[in-house]
Amino acid sequence: MLSRIRRILRPFLGIAFFILLWHLATLGNKRTDVAGPYLTLLGLRDLLLQGVLLKNIVASVFRVAWGFALAALVGIPLGLALGRFAVLNQLFNPPVQILRPISPIAWLPIATLLFGRVRWFDPSDLAAIFLIFLASFFSITTSTASAVANIETKYVRSAQNLGVTGLRFATKVLLPAAMPQILTGLRITLGIAWVVVVAAEMLGVSSGLGFQVNDARNNLRYDIVLAAMVVIGLIGLLLDAAMRSIEKAELTRRGILRAN
Amino acid sequence: MSGPSPVKIRVEGLFKEFRTKKGAVSVLEGVDLEVLTGEFVAIVGPSGCGKSTLLNCIAGFEKTTTGTLLIDGAPVTQPSRKRVFVFQETGIFPWLTVSENVGFGLFDRSAKERDGIVAKNVALVGLEGFEKAYPAELSGGMKQRVEFARALAVESDVLFLDEPFGALDAFTRLEMRREIARIWKATGKTCLLVTHDVEEALELADRVAVMTRRPARIAKVVDVNLSRPRDSDDPAFRALKDGIFDFLGVERRV
Ligand SMILES: Nc1ncnc2c1ncn2[C@@H]1O[C@H](COP(=O)(O)OP(=O)(O)OP(=O)(O)O)[C@@H](O)[C@H]1O
Ligand SMILES: [Mg+2]
Repeated sequence: MLSRIRRILRPFLGIAFFILLWHLATLGNKRTDVAGPYLTLLGLRDLLLQGVLLKNIVASVFRVAWGFALAALVGIPLGLALGRFAVLNQLFNPPVQILRPISPIAWLPIATLLFGRVRWFDPSDLAAIFLIFLASFFSITTSTASAVANIETKYVRSAQNLGVTGLRFATKVLLPAAMPQILTGLRITLGIAWVVVVAAEMLGVSSGLGFQVNDARNNLRYDIVLAAMVVIGLIGLLLDAAMRSIEKAELTRRGILRAN
Repeated sequence: MSGPSPVKIRVEGLFKEFRTKKGAVSVLEGVDLEVLTGEFVAIVGPSGCGKSTLLNCIAGFEKTTTGTLLIDGAPVTQPSRKRVFVFQETGIFPWLTVSENVGFGLFDRSAKERDGIVAKNVALVGLEGFEKAYPAELSGGMKQRVEFARALAVESDVLFLDEPFGALDAFTRLEMRREIARIWKATGKTCLLVTHDVEEALELADRVAVMTRRPARIAKVVDVNLSRPRDSDDPAFRALKDGIFDFLGVERRV
């Protein structure tokens, strides 16, 4: 019982220690300088009173959701194919691996060129979604392909043996067999996407948490800069926790994790 | 049955090489084996002698290098629903329920037909009431039963069993041996069992093929003319067992 309390308390202790360090390092700073925890808290209050925080959160989450979902929609089937067929892998893995290390931010000029003329949709939104898509797509494709390559032979053989081929094989065997590893890949990718969206919103958009950080800096409100950073961190944590619980549910259903 | 049974599986002068980074590894070096329709044949041999490789070749999972490999007179080129493989650590799909697993090979039947066949085979292996359960909720023996049901549901006429009881504890293993004997008797399928357990082979099989390591081929085939159910304490049973151990040059006493 006592050890359980300790286990629950320890993370809070870690956070308290971190806040203390932050406090000491920023002692005596005004809000035009790197703000301390207390000023940040006041900044958060101002941010809430300004009424833009929710709008900016929604904007960022919206972009990540679209970019990430589209990337999963294209990347998972492509990854299944690359992991399954050596020929496709030899053909398409090299370009994927060359494009993957390019920071999505480097695509921004191309994105603005591509979407600059779009009128039926906010072009800056499209550019950000495109960057998130790129950030997620290569990562999802690669992790799905490696998940498929690691499937146990007996599952593939069982399906072959029972005459299950083609699309049925892909959806009933390949995808579910690779699912635990694909979900881990998706979770890590969502983390990357969240990091990228903030960077993407620093340039050329007028909403989102990245914009919020930049805007506050232009007004010399570092308390709000830090408040926005805290919000970014907390939402990232939430996204990760959501993906983790999906992963855990899947593993529990398979008996890989014990239900409790 | 009247008259001698026709040959189901014919293996003659079968060679298999694996190409590895260190060059070609010769794993089967002239295997000869004949299995009659409805017969239960076991293959025993020391670990690593190539038993699984042989079974994988016969099932059509591995390409052979040279030699004859015929089932029902036709060369084996790929796996078929007519001949189903039962894997050691069960190849049933953990993401499907028991009935979905059993019906997995029946995708080209109507839903009604499929439900009927699934129910029949679930009953045959004694898993009524577990149709909606996921494999994770079943014991090792029950999972193995699901796999048998899945193999039987597609109306296969050959079962390949590669150490199907290897992952089970001693009690369950005994129970599953009785189970496979019962299923074999009830369905009349041709069974080819690979095991390193000589006693298991002698309890189940009509004939036991003994495989050696160098050269990797079947060196001896023992007829098991004992009535079923068999008793491993029966002197005739023991004599057969001793014969196989002597042949393999294994010291049995610990
Ligand atoms: N894909 C492969 N590539 C290279 N060598 C292989 C391959 N598969 C099997 N071998 C080799 O072939 C030999 C026979 O393997 P196999 O699995 O058929 O033996 P086994 O008789 O089934 O052994 P066990 O009783 O331990 O299951 C082993 O030396 C193994 O290393
Ligand atoms: Mg083996």
